[in-house]
Order: sequence, then C-alpha cells, then structure tokens
Amino acid sequence: MYIIIVGGGNVGYYLSKTLASAGHEVLLLEKDRSRYRNLSEELGEMVMQGDGCQADLQQEAGFGRADVVVAVSGSDDDNLVVCQMAKMEFNVPRTITRVNSPNNESLFRKLGIDATVSATKIIYNLIEQEVGGGEVIPLAALNRGNIEIIDVEISTKSPVLHHEIKSLSLPPDALIISIIRDEHAILPTAETRFEAGDSVIALVNAEHEHALRDVFAEG
Amino acid sequence: MTIVDMQSEAFRRLGTKFKGNRIVGNGTDEDVLRRAGIEKADLFFAATQGDNRNIMGAQIAKHVFDVPQVIARIYDPIRADRYRQLGITTLCTTTIAAGLLRDLATTGDWGLSRDYSQDYLDMNV
Repeated sequence: MYIIIVGGGNVGYYLSKTLASAGHEVLLLEKDRSRYRNLSEELGEMVMQGDGCQADLQQEAGFGRADVVVAVSGSDDDNLVVCQMAKMEFNVPRTITRVNSPNNESLFRKLGIDATVSATKIIYNLIEQEVGGGEVIPLAALNRGNIEIIDVEISTKSPVLHHEIKSLSLPPDALIISIIRDEHAILPTAETRFEAGDSVIALVNAEHEHALRDVFAEG
Repeated sequence: MTIVDMQSEAFRRLGTKFKGNRIVGNGTDEDVLRRAGIEKADLFFAATQGDNRNIMGAQIAKHVFDVPQVIARIYDPIRADRYRQLGITTLCTTTIAAGLLRDLATTGDWGLSRDYSQDYLDMNV
C-alpha cells in the first residue's frame, strides 16, 4: 500500500518506520524545515518537506495514488483539513486522523473523516478499567477500547432483581450475552429473570457503560 | 456580539468603547463556543491567523450548531474555493488584495468607492 503520513512528530516518525519495515511504501510530510532536516538524515527520501494542507503539495506528494492518508500532527484543525482536502482533491479512499481533543472524534467523523484515533480516549478507557469499581467489573476491551465486556453482580438490593431481561430499559449499544449462576453460564432469553448472586456478562459501548451500570445499581 | 480569543491580552486592542462580550478560549472547542452563546448566534465569523482553525471553527458552527450564516477568512485561495463549495462563505483576503492591486496597477484605479479606514478612526479605538 502507498501510505502518506502528515506530521513528523514522535507519532509520525515511529509510524513511518513501522509501516516501512512492514513493507509498505511510505511518505512522511513535515512542515517545519529544521525538523524535516533531522528526520531526513535518518529516514532519507521517505520524508518530504511541506504543508500537507496545500493542494499543490498534495499533488506533488502523490495523494492521487495514496491508499491511506494519516494525519498525526499535534493540532486537530490541521489534521482535519489535511484529510478533508485529500478527500476533496484526490478522493483518497481512507483517511485517518489522530485527534488530540477527544471531543473531536465524533465531529471529525461527521465531517467525513473515515477513522479517528484519540490517545487520550484510549488511555482514559484503560485507566477506567483499572479503577472502574462499583459492582461493575470490566473484563476486556474490544475494538481499540470503545466496546467493553463487563461483569455486573446482582445484589439483593438491585432494582432488577426477579425482573425479566425484556423489562429492562438498556442503553443503546448494550447487549447481555450471558448470566453466570451457581458457576454455570446461562445463555439468557428475553424471559430470563435475574437472581441475587448472578453475574451478568454484557457487551457495551464504553460511552454507555455508566448508563448500563445505572440500570443494575442499587437504588 | 461576543469575541473569542485564546489570549486575554488580545482584548486590549478592542479599546474601552467595545461593549460586547469577551471569552478567553479556543474557538474550535465546542464547550468554549457554547459558553460564547453560539447556540443563539445569527452569524459566526472565524478570523484567526490560521486558515485551518477558521475552517474547523466554521464547520463546527455550521454542522454542529446550525448557525444560519457562517463566514471564514482564509488566506489560501485553493482552500477558500473548496470550502466555499462546501457551503461556507469564505473571504479570501489574499485574492481580494491581489485583485485590487492588479486593478490599481493596470488601470490606475482600484474601483473601491471607499476603503473603510475612516470608520476605524471615527471609532477612536
């Protein structure tokens, strides 16, 4: 694949080296001249100096034949415009941006970016798993941290005790996949009722974890 | 009228007669814009020194907050053209100034009825 990386900070540098050693054709664009000189001493012709937001530079860098454009600079507005211009001018099939402010993830998808990566969000999700507490125990994270598998213990005071699964108002993107009762895993149906001591295993979008917790929490 | 700027010192240039609100913060941050009252705004104008910040701010105003009129000052003529096609009113001061100067050089007249400079002097800022 031909992969263009915009932004030669630490993320861009290591990403370029990793992708190149995996056999991809890589071009790293860096705007700052002195940073460019340092990078090119090590990475040679893989690095090019210029502003990745400019259409003429995108032309010169071969955006027209790029399979993926990844924008990893430290400023979200630059990353957004790099990817939007790559789409508008050269119809690049896949654009990926790093977002520095986690709030920009949904905005950027709305504005046409194919994928976003937020280091802040990923680290936050990992920490929350460590200190999550309450009666919800995170078991695993899927899909880079935005889907979690959690374990909720049903206490004698839980508001869902003796209720059927179908009577719950679950948040969106939440799915109860199993109930562990007396050390046996049950595949539940809509009519399954919760009993004290049940471990409820559920898949949930990390954003809705708190809402799911509230469904089972003691009143 | 509310002005948002990252640096509080920038507000000094508004002078003492400016009666609008001043918000210190990043104009591409939805929370800051909400604090500035963007949800009730009739017009949003992005005029920072950075094209991309203006483009991003304008798109937030248009697509997140549905501000009826959204304008962005953009120095790069190509970006000004492309984002104009996406429905943002873009003001490319580069092409405007270059065009006026070309007219002045070739015809001896730049076709402006006035240059607005007196307005600023009259405001006594």
